[in-house]
Amino acid sequence: MAKGILVFAEQRDGKIKKVTYELLSASKKIANQLGEEVSAVLVGKGVSALANGLGEYGADKVYVIENDALENYTTDAYTNVVADLVKQNEPTAFLLGCSITGRDLAAQVAQRLDTGLLTDCINVAVENGQIVFTRPIYAGKAIITATIPEARPVMATIRPNVLPVDEPQAGKSAEVINVSANVGSIRTTVKDVIRQVSARPELTEADVIVSGGRGMKGPENFKLLEDLADVLGAAVGASRAAVDAGWVPQSIQVGQTGKTVSPNLYLAAGISGAIQHLAGMSSSKIIVAVNKDAEANIFKSADYGVVGDLFEVLPVLTQEIKKLKA
Amino acid sequence: MKIVALVKQTFDSEAKIALEGGKINRQGISLIMNPYDEYAVEEALKLKEKHGGEVTVVTVGPDEATEAVRQALAMGADQSILVNPGTEDIDEYTTAKILAKAVSGLEYDLIIGGFRAIDDGSAQVAGRVAEILNLPVVNMVTKLEVDGGKAIATSDIEGGSAVMEVPLPAVITAQKGLNEPRYPSMKGIMQAKKKPLKKIGLSDLGLDASQVAAKVKVLSYSLPPARAAGKIIPGEPAEAAAALAKALREEAKII
Repeated sequence: MAKGILVFAEQRDGKIKKVTYELLSASKKIANQLGEEVSAVLVGKGVSALANGLGEYGADKVYVIENDALENYTTDAYTNVVADLVKQNEPTAFLLGCSITGRDLAAQVAQRLDTGLLTDCINVAVENGQIVFTRPIYAGKAIITATIPEARPVMATIRPNVLPVDEPQAGKSAEVINVSANVGSIRTTVKDVIRQVSARPELTEADVIVSGGRGMKGPENFKLLEDLADVLGAAVGASRAAVDAGWVPQSIQVGQTGKTVSPNLYLAAGISGAIQHLAGMSSSKIIVAVNKDAEANIFKSADYGVVGDLFEVLPVLTQEIKKLKA
Repeated sequence: MKIVALVKQTFDSEAKIALEGGKINRQGISLIMNPYDEYAVEEALKLKEKHGGEVTVVTVGPDEATEAVRQALAMGADQSILVNPGTEDIDEYTTAKILAKAVSGLEYDLIIGGFRAIDDGSAQVAGRVAEILNLPVVNMVTKLEVDGGKAIATSDIEGGSAVMEVPLPAVITAQKGLNEPRYPSMKGIMQAKKKPLKKIGLSDLGLDASQVAAKVKVLSYSLPPARAAGKIIPGEPAEAAAALAKALREEAKII
């Protein structure tokens, strides 16, 4: 008998990712309505110390799967151990963050369990006893609500930075269950891992993003955005034009063929606002545009606009914010 | 080397979406090959040029998806299969089951597709195909080399990239940056008309609709609320920048 909401507790380098707390808060709400409990599954090497903290965010139980072979994410090993756990526990729903890892893992597990999967959801609710998900399609140009009526578990990945995190309940602990799991055969070999060393937050998790487009005129001028990002604690993004020009790496592209972001504040500098860029950032809470072309499409979506030369505007803005924050 | 490229026809990325009778209005929308699948086809062709062999394109879709298949043939693919599921009520499970069945009847060393489609953006079909065929998968690949029965793939991971080695046959999904897809030449377009394009249905694959029935049920379609244009902050650049900082602090309370 299917029961409970299971959350994939994603961690990296011994730190729980914020989307995990977002998932737990959302799961708590739907579990309460369904009269079920919330569990989390934590996978890795030397991660058991992280289990108790998950209780404060709403997990009633935490399944810990530890193994040396689980130190780095591999599709095979994680799919094997997570799918086995889901099979044994038969939850009503299994939710993951829509990170690179979560998306990869979710597709494999869903197919192994012969169930449906709704990816990149921006809301989850209970309607008529069914868990109903909201997700953007056509890169946000349309929205659907959908459900998985029969197959179990209901599976979904949830977009990071969209759902709120409830205040943690200090001291509330979860029942920790260590699971010995069979990692199985791992067909991929990780030959090398190249980490982008950055003190800045990840684009998809950042509260503030400053992005540059064609108007930046060259890679050297992204320094202006980095200076602004430093005073705001922001991540730096870019439009397709800036990426295609080779000024900045593809990994920071925001838009339909890049990342989808929803920070509290998105500042677009020298970005015209093509529909494919808007698709990636229009769910931001506040949008600011700086562009010297008063007719630029971006102003139609911006909460605040400055019509002016970004080379004059950005340095002053950086200084003014620095003063305000001092 | 035998390569299977999985492609999907999607709406053009500049397409405006409207609703008609509570569903997405498909009238007048220009259709393209999913851009991520173009990277996949291009990579398949580059591997064929280097190692010899053939490229087979497989798609699931209505008859109009023939256009996307023809484009792949015009780029240089050798043959193609279009499976028409006979219904619009499909999900990623349906598509993956059909693709896997179609591919399982072919010889292959490598299966390559886009890591996601720009329409539903779900990024799960290729992974599901790998699972059904019991093949390893490497997603979001930006560099690929094939050598002696194995592939070395550089893929996006959280906060960076990883170099993965995987034995063939395997499933690879293409991320932007893998290559620059070629445009079909006039000669390629002419040749494509003579290349095999097999149009089949579920029964030709020995499948019936119940075996591939969608797991997901869509309840409603809507358009996102339009963002209202906000205010333009007047003044010379320096003056406006200062006013903007103040507004973000005091009015939007966001910094």
